[in-house]
Amino acid sequence: MNGRRKLRGRISATLFAMTEPSEQEGQRRQPEGAPRRRRAHTTSRDLERYAGLFAKRTQAMRSSAMRDLMAITARPEVISLAGGLPDTSTFPAESFAAQMTRIAHESSAEALQYGPTEGFEETKACLVEVMAAEGMAPDPDDLIVTTGGQQAIDLITKTLVDPGDPVICEAPTYPGAVPTFCSYEADVHQVNTDDDGMRIDELEELIAALARAGRRPKFIYSVPSFQNPAGVTLSEQRRRRLVELAREHEVLIVEDNPYGLLRFDGEPQPTLYSLDGGDYVLYLGTLSKILSPGIRIGWVAAPPPVLEKIGLGKQAADLCTSTLSQYFVREYFGEGRWLDYVADLVTIYRDRRDAMLDALERHFPEQSIWTRPGGGLFLWATLPDYIDTTDLLAKALRENVAFVPGRSAYVDGLRGASSMRLNFSASDEDELREGIRRIGHVISEQIALYETITGEHRIGPPPDDEDDPGGEVVPMPRR
Amino acid sequence: MRVAVLKGGRSLEREVSLRSAARVEDALNALGHEAIGIDVGRDLVDRLREERPDVVFIALHGPGGEDGTVQELLEILDLPYTGPGVAACALCMDKIAAKHEMRTAGIPTPDWAAFNATAFRELGAADTLEEIEARLGFPLVVKPASQGSSLGVEFAASRQEVPQALVAAFSYDERVLLERYVKGRELAVSVLDGEALPIVEAIPRQEDFFNFEARYEIGRTDYVCPAELAAEETARVQEIATRTYETLGCSGFARVDLMLGADEPQVLEVNAIPGLTDTSLFPMAAEAAGIDFTQLVERILASARQRPASEATLPA
Repeated sequence: MNGRRKLRGRISATLFAMTEPSEQEGQRRQPEGAPRRRRAHTTSRDLERYAGLFAKRTQAMRSSAMRDLMAITARPEVISLAGGLPDTSTFPAESFAAQMTRIAHESSAEALQYGPTEGFEETKACLVEVMAAEGMAPDPDDLIVTTGGQQAIDLITKTLVDPGDPVICEAPTYPGAVPTFCSYEADVHQVNTDDDGMRIDELEELIAALARAGRRPKFIYSVPSFQNPAGVTLSEQRRRRLVELAREHEVLIVEDNPYGLLRFDGEPQPTLYSLDGGDYVLYLGTLSKILSPGIRIGWVAAPPPVLEKIGLGKQAADLCTSTLSQYFVREYFGEGRWLDYVADLVTIYRDRRDAMLDALERHFPEQSIWTRPGGGLFLWATLPDYIDTTDLLAKALRENVAFVPGRSAYVDGLRGASSMRLNFSASDEDELREGIRRIGHVISEQIALYETITGEHRIGPPPDDEDDPGGEVVPMPRR
Repeated sequence: MRVAVLKGGRSLEREVSLRSAARVEDALNALGHEAIGIDVGRDLVDRLREERPDVVFIALHGPGGEDGTVQELLEILDLPYTGPGVAACALCMDKIAAKHEMRTAGIPTPDWAAFNATAFRELGAADTLEEIEARLGFPLVVKPASQGSSLGVEFAASRQEVPQALVAAFSYDERVLLERYVKGRELAVSVLDGEALPIVEAIPRQEDFFNFEARYEIGRTDYVCPAELAAEETARVQEIATRTYETLGCSGFARVDLMLGADEPQVLEVNAIPGLTDTSLFPMAAEAAGIDFTQLVERILASARQRPASEATLPA
């Protein structure tokens, strides 16, 4: 941080979506003269008393050993490919200073005040501009500004889901959506993905099976472009079919599109929102990946009746989105260079993706496969099924490298056990290469060990380095 | 009194340690001491020299803090500290060495076989798996030799599951053990200053029976303290626990985990520095004995200061 002042605290809001180096907890500073007030102790009897008061839905909101594991990925010496952080270091500090200064000089009182629940008209105008860059032309009145895209997921689920209602999402799905769905006690069904995104044939079967049981999903949640965590993109044909299906069955689609503008190659795909015209598609946008996650600006575009309920939910949740952040957005977009900054990010991330793919090719054993994303922040690698990536993470951490174990992208916490999510936006190319080399090394060791134990492919001691793990292993196709 | 509370560190149990330490610091402050939290890192020795604490409270869990490493440093710096000494820590953290000690002392512990990765890679240990499986039977338990928590502990229900369980356990340690599975009640005996506290029984929900992770989550395991056991059973379990504590050379406090099967209680392991979080078993047991958390911390602290300096490996 170049000796600059940095507020302390660990980023853990959506643990698996983002973890980053933090200060050591032990060094928290207390204001002079104000004694630290922390509860002296909780006894087990206290705990029982509170346990009796917890809502049933909190049982679905649980911590786990994996969470404790993830917490130590935040150590500064760890190359973390586990985070989901955009690289905010590239944002020009001088223009940030100028923008904030202008706000302080010209609109101090207003910027420090409450704002309308649905957000300022000026903010919405900027967000409409962002949607227009992907070929959408929403009515600004169809938008509500939210505190990040995460709140949008929460508000939509709160608005639509009663306990036990079916909700459909991709398998794997955005790990940060899992606790949200669980906290509203949704009955979550996951549909497999392949290189072309969600398997629409499986989706149709699932909807039919639910219908036979007299049930209808409340919504289908999808990250169609450069998906988190798999990095795959829904093909145009499937997009059209998905929108048709929603109409046929009168099911809502929640299109979560944080990464659409971070496209490195290929042609842009039409958004579900533009294909549908905004009848059955609720569109979620965010400025987190194209400007800053710290300002917490996201939005929903939805038909007016749905929007009205979401607005009431928002009012109950936090009254309004940060006014100061919205003033900043207005200033920033007013300079008219936001697309240039996105283009800069695309160039940086494309190089990083290439570096990661290249390193995977060199260092990952041939029994592994991975996706080749055309944009976004992540790719998804899958290892032989006898390797559990949660255990592997413990070994990788001893080599000071981290990734997200695949289980976190599944609601049952069981599937995805041999997969991992790898982030390429938050580390430079040298770190990416070194990180992948280290992960490849620990995988090779585990594969060699397994083969020695099973005796099927006696190949002697494991390779010391990233070279051919050897043996009569059957190569699997790489994606 | 100035009390340095060592916490965090690089172990996989870092989070648990931070939670333990937060409670300990509060209790120390409530007792009128000055608690100095130190997140253990490269600057540990410097920090200790700078802070000059009267005593060090070790709230570290897992390798590094619970295995004698930090204790050794404190001996060299001539600082009194809580919990067991170097030798006892090293023994408790190493499940294989601990089991050998217990066997020798006649303390019941389940049959086992231990390996390091080299045995498989270079000595053809895989060829002995069949004999081991025949001896231990199924299901069997595979665990890393030196993790304090449930991480890496796997059940193998059949031959086919053994290789995968071994690979998982080897992710946490270079040495692993295969152990006979004891079906029965899961008991934890907290020992404070050589005296057994009321027994805690962990009752996992049925569906999670073979899921170790579930046992450490609130709401997925029920804890009963004192465990519902006949008086003579309680006495027997407590006697075995205190004997284990003595055999491994523990001092101050420790937690002994056992399985109560059809016949005798079997000792699984000893935690040299048991968790002190608000969901941990040690404080639960203390509370059942009428010792609240602050008193517990006070007693652990007192035992640190009474420890003779004779354990030091270097002349003073």
